[in-house]
Amino acid sequence: MKVTYPAMGNTGIAIKALLKGLKLEVVPPPPITRNTIALGVKYAPEFACMPLKINVGNFIEALDRGADTIVMAGGWGPCRFGYYAQVEREILRDLGYDFKMVILEAPDFKLSELFSQLRALAENVSFIEAVRAVKFAWHKLRTVEIVERKREYFLPRVKDKEEAEKLYTRCLEALDRANNKEEVDKAWPEYMAELERLERHDEEILKIGLLGEIYTVLEPASNYNIVSHLGRLNVEVTRNIYASSWVNDHLLGGMLLKSDHKHIIKCAYPYLKYWVGGHGQESVGSAVDFARKGYDGVIQIGPLTCMPEIVAQSILHEVKAREGIPCMTLYFDEHAADAGIATRLEAFVDMLKRQKQRERKMVKERII
Amino acid sequence: MICYLGVDIGSVSSNFVLVDQRGKVREKIYLRTQGNPVKAIREGYMKIKEGIEGKIDIRGVGTTGSGRHLASILLGADIVKNEITAHAVAASYLYPDVRTIIEIGGQDSKIIIMENGIVTDFAMNTVCAAGTGSFLDQQAARLNIPIEDFGRKAVASSQPVRIAGRCGVFAESDMIHKQQMGYPVEDILMGLCEALVRNYMNNVAKGKRIAEPVVFQGGVAANIGLRKAFEKFLGCRVIVPEHYNVMGAIGAAILAKEYVEGYGRRSLFKGDDFILTGDFVSQSFTCNGCANLCEVVCIKRDDTPLAYWGDRCLRWESSLGRGSRENLKVV
Ligand code: SF4
Ligand code: SF4
Repeated sequence: MKVTYPAMGNTGIAIKALLKGLKLEVVPPPPITRNTIALGVKYAPEFACMPLKINVGNFIEALDRGADTIVMAGGWGPCRFGYYAQVEREILRDLGYDFKMVILEAPDFKLSELFSQLRALAENVSFIEAVRAVKFAWHKLRTVEIVERKREYFLPRVKDKEEAEKLYTRCLEALDRANNKEEVDKAWPEYMAELERLERHDEEILKIGLLGEIYTVLEPASNYNIVSHLGRLNVEVTRNIYASSWVNDHLLGGMLLKSDHKHIIKCAYPYLKYWVGGHGQESVGSAVDFARKGYDGVIQIGPLTCMPEIVAQSILHEVKAREGIPCMTLYFDEHAADAGIATRLEAFVDMLKRQKQRERKMVKERII
Repeated sequence: MICYLGVDIGSVSSNFVLVDQRGKVREKIYLRTQGNPVKAIREGYMKIKEGIEGKIDIRGVGTTGSGRHLASILLGADIVKNEITAHAVAASYLYPDVRTIIEIGGQDSKIIIMENGIVTDFAMNTVCAAGTGSFLDQQAARLNIPIEDFGRKAVASSQPVRIAGRCGVFAESDMIHKQQMGYPVEDILMGLCEALVRNYMNNVAKGKRIAEPVVFQGGVAANIGLRKAFEKFLGCRVIVPEHYNVMGAIGAAILAKEYVEGYGRRSLFKGDDFILTGDFVSQSFTCNGCANLCEVVCIKRDDTPLAYWGDRCLRWESSLGRGSRENLKVV
């Protein structure tokens, strides 16, 4: 059995570790390229959301490299994600691929269910081994997040952005190679220490909260690598979704980490009381949260036609007015022109910078 | 004469202005880019110099538009700015209390909301051509009306026809239908203007609070039919500035002037020798470095590569060494 899985940012590092720990042979999806997206666009229905198209492209490329089993997350609810796995299976079958698809359903907040699903996938693994695999994958996921946050903090502050990005990429590669907890813990600190030693500039740093549809927030290939782009414009980005918090909130019922999910929903409450599918309510709540934490602005991202984010977007107008935080929404699809997005990002950052300078001037004048 | 050069290179048009020390526009050139921005930049530079008598001393250069990086390489720019900021700067320079800027060009359209001279919100049209100038161009061609006469003819209408403006394709078939029903052409023309305005208000300007003064700029602002349609829709006066079609370039020139004067910098302007004597070519090739197969564009002057674009991993660009990147810095 050769197993593959959908790419979603750096979560692949942890998923790979999990599957390997279950003694499965893994065929990771090749990095998402233009070709991957072209395949997905060609074979998925035109009106399908972008993440589904990229999934399909991933699977085709992995199946062509010898994978025969696909592990995919299931879902539920009014949003289209609920039938991603089934639709994808039918598309690939129609193309003549022969494979098995294992759909992991979110285990209604019972960890034991997740374990039994995993063990059904890996027959010759004991319960203890399965637990160990999950623990190791979780550790990797947490470590990846530490590295991601460091990059988000340092990239805007250092002079040599190229070097910073290189260190970040190399660090992730090292994490991916690590085979056990000790190796993981040894792998990353030196890269990050080097990142911290890079020369800093003294220009102004802006803080922007990034939120929206989970796949788009996590997968740089689907968001024009927005964190890197903003970092190069000296913007520190904080995302509202990190993979580990998502797993914790949605698969594990908040068991492992202190969750701020309730707080976010509470923030959304004056504006949006209902779950509108996907992360619509979270997007609204996080925008409010970012505003109250003093961020300079918020960028909402999602795939074009993403229903929950469209709902959230219309409510963000209200958040913008009442909480006084500038918001911009960007939708991505396979046609998203790089130049247009770069222009919007630059213009948004420019706007925040000038507003901030003006506020500072006004405060000064008031003091005098 | 001491002056500052502002350049706005778009996919449809390339605009050039020279602004003097007092910030007054002394000369402007409006050219079609015609798919060859390198040629347009050199031509525009030559023409704008010809337009001024006596010696000129360019103390600063600002570039904007989708070809802003290219222009900055060729000319040596002190400031490289996105179109939103450039348009906003120009409008608020001329009208310090402007609150709303409507900008419609050939290929895109934007709305910029301002307060006390600062951008507080903006939006750009993304996908739909029905809210841009090319829509009017197409329909004018279909009706056999020169685009220059469009506005003048449209305002003669007393009873504009209602044309579905949700999308370009619908609008076109609806217009043909109305034409066949025998509506007078001026009523159809005004109907098209109103359709474009509705489309713009429902897409680009959706959710924005429009306050006066409203400034309408971009190539399409020449069309008085459109201006009237905006005034009718918004119920307020709409100002079209004198240099409506080169506002981006004016903004770039003013930013360059402020920057050079404010920091007491020497301009990075490359001068005639570099711009006019060298042989510039832009070549594109497909990189085989990975499965991304990026379409990389390279700008060369006499076989020396000056810049690369389109390489997602920046591998080509960084091959040029650090120095070039510094000049490109987007301030
Ligand atoms: S959240 Fe958006 S992108 Fe995801 S399935 Fe729903 S509509 Fe599609
Ligand atoms: S430029 Fe970089 S990303 Fe693009 S094809 Fe070449 S190696 Fe790949």
